[in-house]
Amino acid sequence: MKDFLMRKLFWLKAVLFVLCLLPLAIIVWDGFQNNLTADPIEEILHRTGIWALRLLLLTLLMTPLKVMTKLAVFIRLRRMLGLFTFFYATLHLTTYLWLDIQFNWSQFFEDIIKRPYITVGMAAWLLMLPMAITSNKRMVRRLGKSWKRLHRVIYLVILLACLHFIWLVKSDLNEPLIYTVIGLSLLFFRLFNYSYGKKPRNP
Amino acid sequence: MKFKNTHKDFQVTDESVYRQRRQLLKAGLIGAGSLLAPSAMALTLPAHKRNDKFSIEKTTLEKDVTTYNNFYEFGLGKDDPAENAKNFNTDDWSIEVSGHCNKTGTFDLEKLIKNFTIEERIYRMRCVEAWSMVIPWLGFKLADLIKYLEPTSNAKYVYFETLYDPKQMPGQNGRAIPWPYREGLRMDEAMNELTLMAVGLFGKNMPNQNGAPIRLVTPWKYGFKGIKSIKKIAFVDKQPVNSWQAIAPNEYGFYANVNPEVDHPRWSQATERRITGEFSFFRNRIDTQIYNGYAEYVASMYQGMDLRKNF
Repeated sequence: MKDFLMRKLFWLKAVLFVLCLLPLAIIVWDGFQNNLTADPIEEILHRTGIWALRLLLLTLLMTPLKVMTKLAVFIRLRRMLGLFTFFYATLHLTTYLWLDIQFNWSQFFEDIIKRPYITVGMAAWLLMLPMAITSNKRMVRRLGKSWKRLHRVIYLVILLACLHFIWLVKSDLNEPLIYTVIGLSLLFFRLFNYSYGKKPRNP
Repeated sequence: MKFKNTHKDFQVTDESVYRQRRQLLKAGLIGAGSLLAPSAMALTLPAHKRNDKFSIEKTTLEKDVTTYNNFYEFGLGKDDPAENAKNFNTDDWSIEVSGHCNKTGTFDLEKLIKNFTIEERIYRMRCVEAWSMVIPWLGFKLADLIKYLEPTSNAKYVYFETLYDPKQMPGQNGRAIPWPYREGLRMDEAMNELTLMAVGLFGKNMPNQNGAPIRLVTPWKYGFKGIKSIKKIAFVDKQPVNSWQAIAPNEYGFYANVNPEVDHPRWSQATERRITGEFSFFRNRIDTQIYNGYAEYVASMYQGMDLRKNF
């Protein structure tokens, strides 16, 4: 099984790549069909944001899956998921900046300062930026130990992303809380899993 | 880049076209309500004319007005009410009137509205979530209803309640709001000439998802003040606590007057996204006006009040 998956890694990655582009394809399709509710910008904002969050949770799920199944293949898929997380977060930010506030920079900076949910959302994106930049093989090699430290910032990003979601809803906390619970579980797994970070003695 | 508009231009109702259509209605070529099929028992609306006194802008597409709603009794999503209110039964609707007035009791809505002049008014509607529409309502002045009910001098506020019926309103099985939904107006606000009891829109009966059979419309206030599917009215001497104020008193107040200077704690109210039905990548945001552009009618009521404190 292990070897089989690794041999098919290219195809696994190809399938995952296409799957990750589907949410965007559906947004574009619905846009041309006039199917993005009466407030299309709000809908595009919500969909890009929710997919960024879902992909972030998926990215964080790879290590627990690897630990539980002993299949290293999950780690090989992690980078792509992480980059797609950043991709959707960037679409989300661009939608807000361009479609919503029409590059009104003074409003943008005022929002960042005055609106806690935008403050933490922006912080989450900014913290992901260095991770996206250092995601290629060369950077991983060059940074060595500090690469790992830098990419642990993702634990903070998931907390900020959940907070961003909680703070923007009017009264219905159910949906953001579901995501928060999943996010926290993924973090707790890392805290309480003793074998995590140690090399297994009998590979 | 622009998304294709699948609707034809004529669906965005130009004022002149709309006016002609109203002329036809007036001429009796089309009976009011004839465009409405689903419920045979819908309220019979008397003949009505448009009141041209109020500012008229291009209305939002009817499709958007009737499919993009906040009506938590029928679900939390914007498209939920249109879906879940389909079988909402508003036949033989009555309103219970109580409190400081001479005419208390239960009033049959069909009979009650015969006492008032129903007219069409095109109002802006600004949601507290910073989006807005322009809607042609059918309704009568709340002031006329209040005069009819003869409140006493102890009546300082008017209190409203939505129907409570979890069997019909699935959202009421959830706990988003302490049900039933409650709202209130100060007596002078209730008597203001802008304040409308709406029984229809776009020349037809009120769709269920928009608050059938009767709802409140206060165009200078945020949308949540416009309580839907009104079942109870009471004349009270103390300021009522409205539902959103009860949920989050630091975010939603009793007055809820549209004000670009007073932000919601979590988002700005300085601008709004106007929903027209025509989507383009540009010019979606417009500046929010004080009192939603109705200052000349309502500003005097709030003179000397600190609008930041009384939000």
